[in-house]
Amino acid sequence: MTVRIAQISCGTEYSGIQGEVYRAAEITGMHIVFPEIDTDDIKRAMDVIGLYPASTGLRVMLARALAVAEGRVEVDGVIVMTCFRCAEGALVRHTIRRFLHKTTKIPVISYSFTERTKAENLLLRFEALVNMIERRTLLARKKHEGLTIGIDSGSTMTKGVVMKNGEILAAYWLPTIDVVTSGLRVYEELFKKTGMSKSQVEAIGVTGYGRFILGKELKANLVQEEITVCSKGAAYLGNAQESYSTIIDIGGADNKAIALYEGVPYSFTVGGICAGASGRFLEITATRLGVDLMTFGELALKGDHRKIVMNAYCIVFGMHDLVTALARGARREDVAAAACYSVAEQFFEQQFQEVEVKEPVLQIGGTSLIKGLVKAFEDTLKMKIIVPPYSQFAGAVGAAILSSALAKSS
Amino acid sequence: MLPKKVMIFPPNSLILYDLVLRFGHKPLAIMSKIGEKVRNPEIDSPPINITYEEPRHGVKYCAVEVPSGVRGRMALLGPLIEEAEAAIIVDDPDISFGCSGCARTNELVIQMLYEKNIPILRLRYPRNNDEAREFVRSIVKFLKSLNGDKG
Repeated sequence: MTVRIAQISCGTEYSGIQGEVYRAAEITGMHIVFPEIDTDDIKRAMDVIGLYPASTGLRVMLARALAVAEGRVEVDGVIVMTCFRCAEGALVRHTIRRFLHKTTKIPVISYSFTERTKAENLLLRFEALVNMIERRTLLARKKHEGLTIGIDSGSTMTKGVVMKNGEILAAYWLPTIDVVTSGLRVYEELFKKTGMSKSQVEAIGVTGYGRFILGKELKANLVQEEITVCSKGAAYLGNAQESYSTIIDIGGADNKAIALYEGVPYSFTVGGICAGASGRFLEITATRLGVDLMTFGELALKGDHRKIVMNAYCIVFGMHDLVTALARGARREDVAAAACYSVAEQFFEQQFQEVEVKEPVLQIGGTSLIKGLVKAFEDTLKMKIIVPPYSQFAGAVGAAILSSALAKSS
Repeated sequence: MLPKKVMIFPPNSLILYDLVLRFGHKPLAIMSKIGEKVRNPEIDSPPINITYEEPRHGVKYCAVEVPSGVRGRMALLGPLIEEAEAAIIVDDPDISFGCSGCARTNELVIQMLYEKNIPILRLRYPRNNDEAREFVRSIVKFLKSLNGDKG
């Protein structure tokens, strides 16, 4: 099955990345279509949507969005793309996403690109969009059956769980050094912890950035990107499979905001241009303070972020601000709190402008164990953040659940 | 008088291109630049063979914090502005008349043309037949004046 995706964009040709969009689409089995419009549609679209941008390219985007909303083009999903740093483009992108969510049930993702955007940057997003469409039935699975293993091969940590009929029998994680070596070590450790034999395992699911190579090595039944898989795990662990929910995942190198309905994503955004709001920034800050990440989180809880002036979100300049504050005699607690708030605020200003935030808000991933970061998110969002049990293993749990649907006994 | 190189704006307006050509001047339009790109068999970057090199070259005309789409356009339009000896700028045109697609690019191109201190004719896009006749008449007069013809 080829998934038909409407591309609604401005600037992809002149930024030189349209070829990369086609390449990513081909790899993920997408057929890109540009909704056909008439020049008369442009004025009508601006009147219907209520936005009158100055750029003609953005006006055309509105007309294409209206064509999708009115069903004049048959598509399974939509990608909305504009240039990074174009304020008018960002306004149009957000407006179209909200408009399509209100008027259609089609999944929509949005992305702001630079000339350096490559197919590889788009693959995770495109793959997730395709899975949201093609694997809708699989993603709707709410329970776990049988005995399965899920492994999440992340950029910083490799995490694994063994699940039996909905219960987590064992969980194990270690830093990712080499994808296969770390993955196999987690895999073996799970057998040691449970005492089970490999022949008992009915299915294996692998997710995370190392999923392809590790999935091949383990002959996994399910190899799937982390957006849909982590969503499943988070909704399961957070008991949020019956209605709307929102996921925050601050990863080692990027971050994700995912909007779910009944445990299935309908919109998401992945940070990918700046690593200022990543686990790496917190890790570097903790190292500079001479503490591990858990202690760092406790320190942050006792600190006051307002006492530290941070003028930059950039990971390098942000560190510089923190080091300068320390040199001036700032308390470590305040520095730790400032780093956590920097991540939370940056995430709020960037990712949460792209998805609808509906409660419950679940925070997952290894960084969800950093208490100061969770508090920073609660203060920034003015919402209660739920950190489900085994939150750092959400991806692995999701992989175990989804793979159980593919087990021979299922 | 030698024919002048006349930058047209919108840069892809076929009507302006034709008018400039009819009165013996050389129109500077984005079509020629895109044509060069599309005909270049060594590049395979659909649909118009612009690669990430163009937005990088566009830094000559605007800072790196300007969106890549503007810089990519400027990589094509910038050299035309440098060549221009005169310009015709049409404000607020209908999309079918031509457009660059990007309002920020429009602002920058127009500013750069004014900075050159070359003869510029700036007109509002006509909204009815009478305005259209006056529009063409003004352009013809301007193009003739570039030849030293006051008629």
